Amino acid sequence: MERVAVPAAIEFRNVSYALSNGRTILHGISLAVEEGSVMALLGRSGSGKTTLLRTVNRMIAPTGGQVLVGGADVLAGDAATLRRGIGYVIQEAGLFPHCTVERNVGMVLEAQGRPRAERDARCRELLAAVGLEPDAFRTRYPHQLSGGQRQRVGLARALAADPPILLMDEPFGALDPLTRAEMQDMLRGLLAKLRKTVLLVTHDLDEALYLADTIALMHEGRLVAELGPEEFLGSEQPEVVAYVKAFHRGEKSGGDRNGGERRAEAQP
Amino acid sequence: MMRFLSQYGSQIATLTLEHLWLTGAAMLLAAAIAIPAGVWLTRSPRWAGPVIGIANVLQTIPSLAMFGFLLPLPWLGERAARIAIAALTAYALLPILRNTYAGIRGIEPAVIEAAEAIGLTRRQRLFKVELPLAASFILAGLRTATVTCVGIATIAAAVGAGGLGELIFRGVASIDNRLVLAGAVPAALLALAADGVLGLLERWLRVPA
Repeated sequence: MERVAVPAAIEFRNVSYALSNGRTILHGISLAVEEGSVMALLGRSGSGKTTLLRTVNRMIAPTGGQVLVGGADVLAGDAATLRRGIGYVIQEAGLFPHCTVERNVGMVLEAQGRPRAERDARCRELLAAVGLEPDAFRTRYPHQLSGGQRQRVGLARALAADPPILLMDEPFGALDPLTRAEMQDMLRGLLAKLRKTVLLVTHDLDEALYLADTIALMHEGRLVAELGPEEFLGSEQPEVVAYVKAFHRGEKSGGDRNGGERRAEAQP
Repeated sequence: MMRFLSQYGSQIATLTLEHLWLTGAAMLLAAAIAIPAGVWLTRSPRWAGPVIGIANVLQTIPSLAMFGFLLPLPWLGERAARIAIAALTAYALLPILRNTYAGIRGIEPAVIEAAEAIGLTRRQRLFKVELPLAASFILAGLRTATVTCVGIATIAAAVGAGGLGELIFRGVASIDNRLVLAGAVPAALLALAADGVLGLLERWLRVPA
């Protein structure tokens, strides 16, 4: 197999983050996300995965080490410019409540001063891509949407400027299991088409197995494992085993209900 | 009654217009000071306590005393109306300032975070997200300030600035209740009208949750 020396889309070099009260949230994390791949940051609440994610678009500046996007230090340039090239999806969607769906989706383009017609066309395209009928949803306001629909709009907004990188922070964490499954299906289909570099924070093992090419497990601010989905399930590393066990407690026949089935389908 | 109105009608109209001018000018000035100041406080919250405190103190000064204090200030010039407008502005600051600050601080953190994360500049964040979302709060502050100042503006007549207070003071001096009412009733109607109009505007600007 030939290996091309492209710089990784996202690279963490010995990244640490400490609060002013001395508490350390991240302990020297080094990790690379290859271009066009999906990496899940898995871990329990408080393990530092969201903090690590937020260093990529400079919502947090690390207190040590370096974060590189496309080979360039994220702290080097202008924050707004950096962020426009990185899509960001969060759990509560964070839609602008005073704007229609259309304006929400087009906000990044609006901020760049693109013409109205271009924004509207792009919005229609994206709504269709995330599974929302453009004409039915364009003029609605966020409070007129269900939780799942809001997340779809949030995703469309993140994709508006066609950023090469997508950061997702527990995007489906607040949804019921069925809606979540639909969203995961939609996202997987979309990512297969778009080939974005994705960093996905989740505590849901199934979600990580279903969507990610690589799973990075974090524990108390440290990176403890970085494995493919198959290897993750088969790993004997105690932290990994603990996480897998905690997740599959409800299964009587031993661990392959969702993860296995979907994974089989995931690996062609 | 009819005779009274025909005698004082045009005077009441002139004084009502004067009253409107005093209050309106003060509101515009107060908004021009307090809205930017409120925005600035959201960027430097450690100043919020002291600055809102000062506005609070201004508001507790009895209005008659406030007009008295301002009388000797040389830079206000000789026009009594300017003194009245300065005093009314001082009273209007607090509600507008406080509501601007609270309105912006009260925006859901996820919305502010999203605005930053999608790459809006600070300016774009302010004009496209924060101010529109805080608009109904700011307007509510403006409404409180307006209603208060329509009342306080009647005192402006004490420094010779005119307005409906003139009729009230004259009525009190000559023990003529009709004159007192000729000043008080239009002032009350002005306050109610301002409250009603600004209330409608406030409802129209409110963002459904």
